[in-house]
Amino acid sequence: MEADWLKDAEEMVLKSRIKIPYTWYVGETGGRFFVDIRDNKRITGTRCEKCGINYVPPRKTCGRCFSDLDDSWREVGPGGVVESFTVVHYHEVSHPKDPPVIYGLIKLDGADTALVHLLAGVEPGEIRTGMRVKAVFAEKREGHMKDIEGFVPAEGS
Amino acid sequence: MGKRVAIVGVGQTHHKSCRRDVNGVELINEAVRRALEDADLTREDIDAVVIGNMDHFEGINYVDTWSVDGAGALGKPIMKVTTGGTTGSTVAQAGYYHAASGLFDVVLAIGWEKNSESDTTGAITTAFDPVWDRPVFAGAISGLAIEASLYMSQYGATEKDAARVAVRDRRHACNNPYAHLRKEITVEEVMESPMLSYPLKLMDICPRTDGACAVIFANENRAEKICPRPAWILGAASSHDYTWLGDVDFTRMGTIEEAAKKLYEQGGITEPLKQVDVAELYLPYSFAGLKWIEYIGFCKPGEGPRLLWDGVTDMDGELPVNPSGGVISSNPIGATGLLRVGEAAWQLMGKAEGRQVPDAKLALTSGFGGCFWSEMMVLGVRKPQ
Amino acid sequence: MEPVAIVGVGQTRYERQKRGDTFADMIFEVTSKALEDAGYAISDIDNVITVSNDFWDGRTISSMAVMDACGAFGKCVSTVEGDGAFGALYGMMRILSGQFGTTLVVAHGKGSESAMNLITNAMFDPVYQRPLGLDAISSAALQMRRYMDKYGVTERQCAMASVKNHANARRNPLAQLPMEITLEDVMGSRKLAEPIKLLDCSPITDGACALILANGDRACKAEVAPVWIRGVGHCADPFFLGDRDLAECAALRTAAKKAYAMAGVNDPKAGIDVAEVYDAFSYQELMWTEGLGFCGPGEGGELIESGKTATDGELPVNPSGGCLSAHAMMVAGLARIAEAALQVRGDAGDRQVPGAKTALAHGVNGPCGQSHCVFVVSSELG
Repeated sequence: MEADWLKDAEEMVLKSRIKIPYTWYVGETGGRFFVDIRDNKRITGTRCEKCGINYVPPRKTCGRCFSDLDDSWREVGPGGVVESFTVVHYHEVSHPKDPPVIYGLIKLDGADTALVHLLAGVEPGEIRTGMRVKAVFAEKREGHMKDIEGFVPAEGS
Repeated sequence: MGKRVAIVGVGQTHHKSCRRDVNGVELINEAVRRALEDADLTREDIDAVVIGNMDHFEGINYVDTWSVDGAGALGKPIMKVTTGGTTGSTVAQAGYYHAASGLFDVVLAIGWEKNSESDTTGAITTAFDPVWDRPVFAGAISGLAIEASLYMSQYGATEKDAARVAVRDRRHACNNPYAHLRKEITVEEVMESPMLSYPLKLMDICPRTDGACAVIFANENRAEKICPRPAWILGAASSHDYTWLGDVDFTRMGTIEEAAKKLYEQGGITEPLKQVDVAELYLPYSFAGLKWIEYIGFCKPGEGPRLLWDGVTDMDGELPVNPSGGVISSNPIGATGLLRVGEAAWQLMGKAEGRQVPDAKLALTSGFGGCFWSEMMVLGVRKPQ
Repeated sequence: MEPVAIVGVGQTRYERQKRGDTFADMIFEVTSKALEDAGYAISDIDNVITVSNDFWDGRTISSMAVMDACGAFGKCVSTVEGDGAFGALYGMMRILSGQFGTTLVVAHGKGSESAMNLITNAMFDPVYQRPLGLDAISSAALQMRRYMDKYGVTERQCAMASVKNHANARRNPLAQLPMEITLEDVMGSRKLAEPIKLLDCSPITDGACALILANGDRACKAEVAPVWIRGVGHCADPFFLGDRDLAECAALRTAAKKAYAMAGVNDPKAGIDVAEVYDAFSYQELMWTEGLGFCGPGEGGELIESGKTATDGELPVNPSGGCLSAHAMMVAGLARIAEAALQVRGDAGDRQVPGAKTALAHGVNGPCGQSHCVFVVSSELG
C-alpha cells in the first residue's frame, strides 16, 4: 500500500561533477616513444623476438611471454595501411574537433599491431580499408599522442 | 566440499611515493613477475587472475581489461574486485575462493595502486553519498579522528599511547627492504609532527604510496607440487555494516569483532594472543593499533596501550604485529590488504628476510576499509584436515 | 563440480530514467523479488556479492550505496566490478568453496545519471587512446567495419538483430524498448559512428537484477525448481584494439569451450535450446553467435538471415529482447543469466521458448567485447 504523500512527492535532483586532477606517469618506455616523436618525428615500437611481434605503441614487457623488450626498439612507419575506420557524427567534449571526427586503425609499416589514431585530409566517402596513409606531425610538439596530428592519404593507395 | 588452498608465491614492488619510471600496467607486471619467480612458475601455469585497486585513484575504468598484458591475463580468465581500502584483502579472499572452488587450480591475485597519479582526498570523498554525506565529509581522516577522540575519552588513553604504535611499525619497516617509509621515529617526533585533525598528527597516519603486490594461490591439486612449504589458508571471514555516516557506532569496532569471531571458529582459535605466532594487521593509523587489536581479541577493550608498552607486539614480543612495518609504513591502497596476506605467507614459508619471526606456524591477517569492511584470514604451515 | 543452482531471480523494469529510484531502491526491489521467488527469507542468504562500477555511479567504493538494501549488513559481502555475469561466477565460487550454502548476487546501473561517452572514454588508456576521444560507440564502429570487411557481412544483416530483438522485447514486460521496426528503419536511423546507426545501438538504461544461488542441499529447500549451472567459463583478449583482429573473438571461443566442456555440450547447435547473448550493438549478436559456435566463423550474417535464431527458430537468441532492448551497465550480463534461468524453468511468460531445457547466458566486459563470461544452465542436473 503506497502512502498518500507519495502521490505529491516532489522529484528532486542533485547535479554534480567529479573533478579529480590526474597525473599519469607515462613510464620510461612510453617516455622514449614520445620523446622520439617530439624531437625526431619518428614513430617507434619494441619487438618481442620470441613471439615475433613488433608492438606499437611500444611495450616494456611482452604480454604473451613476459620477455623484457627494453633493448629491442624499432622504427616504424611513418606510412601504413588503414585496417579499419569510422566517421563519427556526434559531438563529445572529449573529441579533438567538431564532427565529423574520423578514427582509423592503422598498421604502420614494420609494426605487427595497429595504432588507433585520427584520419585527416580525406573526404569521409573516400576512405577505404587497405588504403595507404602516412603520419602528419604537429608543428608544435610536446610529447603527446596529439604530436601526430593525424594520418593522411599517401601514395600507393 | 571445497578444496584446501595454500599460498605458493608472493611478489611485491619496492614501495615508493612516486614511481615515475613505470605506468600502472608496468607496475603491476613487476609484482606479477616477482611472484612467479618466487613460486618458480611461468605465466602458462596461471589458471585465473583476479585484480583490484580503488578506481578513482588512477582514473582507469575497467582495470581488469586495461591491465591484461601486465597482469599476465592474456587469453586467460580475469575479473576485478574492489571494496575501497579493503580491496587488497578482498583480492586475497577472491584468490582464495577462486582456488577453493576447484574451478581453477593456480590463481594469481593482484592488488595495486598508483596514488601519486591523483588527489587522494578528492577521490576518497566520492565514496560518500552525494546527497547526504558528501557535502560534510572532510576526507578519510575525519572519521578516524572521531574514533580516536572517543577512544581516548572512553579509556583515558593518550596520544603518546597511540604514538607508540607508529614507533613500532616504523621501526619494523627498517627490516623490510620493500617498505615505503624506512626511517625510525620516536614518540616525541610523532607528538611534534603537524596536527592534521585532532588528535591525529602527520606521523600518526599512513602515507600515500605507489606499489603493487601479487600473491599466487594454489589448491591441493597443485600446491605441494609447486611449493614444499606453502602457507595454507585455515580460515577466511568478513563482515560489513556501513549504512550512513551518522549511523556509525564509533565506540566499538563491530565488524572487526564479528569477522574475528567467525574466523576463530573456523580456525579453531580460542586464545589468539597465545596461539597466533605473527600478525599482519591493517592498521592505517596509530590509534587503530590500540583499539582494533582489542576487537581482534588480543586483549580486553581499553587494554591496548598496556600491550603496546609491554612490548607484546614488538619483534621480540609474544605476538609480533606488523614485522613488515604495516600500513603506517607503506600504503599502496589496492595492495595494502594483500600485502598483509603476502607478508604473513612469507613468514610461514620462512622467506621474510630480515624480518622473520622465528618458527612462525600460525599467522593472522586483517584488512579494513573506510566503509567499515573487515576481512580476516588465518594461515598456517600445516595442511588443514 | 558440485551442483550449484539458481533458485531465485529478480529484475526491475528497465527504463530510460527511473526518476523515483535510487541505486538502493532498485537493489531492494530486486532483492525482495528474488527472495520471494525462492521462498527464502533474508536470513537464508549466507553471503552477498554486489556488482557496480565506480565511474558509472560517480562514487568510489560504489558498493557502499547498496549494502543495506541487499541485506548485506553484518554479512560476508564482496564486490565485483565488471559485468554482472562475472559477479554471478564469483558468487558461485563462494558456494563451491564449501563455506557458504547460498549467495545473493545483485547488480545495478543507472545510465541516466551519468555521461556515457565520457565514462566509456575512461576505459581506454589515458596516454595512448583517451586523448583522441575514443569511446564505446566509436570503438565498436571500428570493430563492426573490420568484421564486415573481413567476412562480407552486411549492414543489413547486422540490422536484422535489431529488428528481431526489439520485436522480441514486445513479449518482455520488463524490457525498455519493445518496438516493431523494419530493416529500413534501422538502415535509415541517424548515423552515429559509421557504420553504427542509432538503431544499431543498445539504449541508455536504468535497472537492477538479483540472482540467488544455492548448493544442492539448499536448492531443494527453495520454492521453485532449481536451475542448475552446468558450465561456466570466462576469458580476456588483449587490451589495445590494434593488438587483436577485431573481427575475431578468441576470448569468447575459449570461455564458451570451457563452459561447454563442463556442461557436456558437444555441439551447441544441438545442446543449447535458447541463448541470451550480450548484444550491446547489433553486429555483436552476429559475432558472438560465431564465437559461441552456433555457426562457423564469418557465418553470423547467414545465420541471422536464415531465421534459425528467431523465437520460432531452431536456436532462439535473445527472446528477452537482449541488450539492444535494455542495457543497464553492469546489470545486463546478470540479466541474461536471469532470463536464461526463467526460460529453462518454464517461467518466461510470453517470451517462453517452448520446451527449453538448457540455455546459454553471456556477459561482456571491456571495449569491443574484450572479456567474456559464459554460463550454461539447465533444468536437468545431467
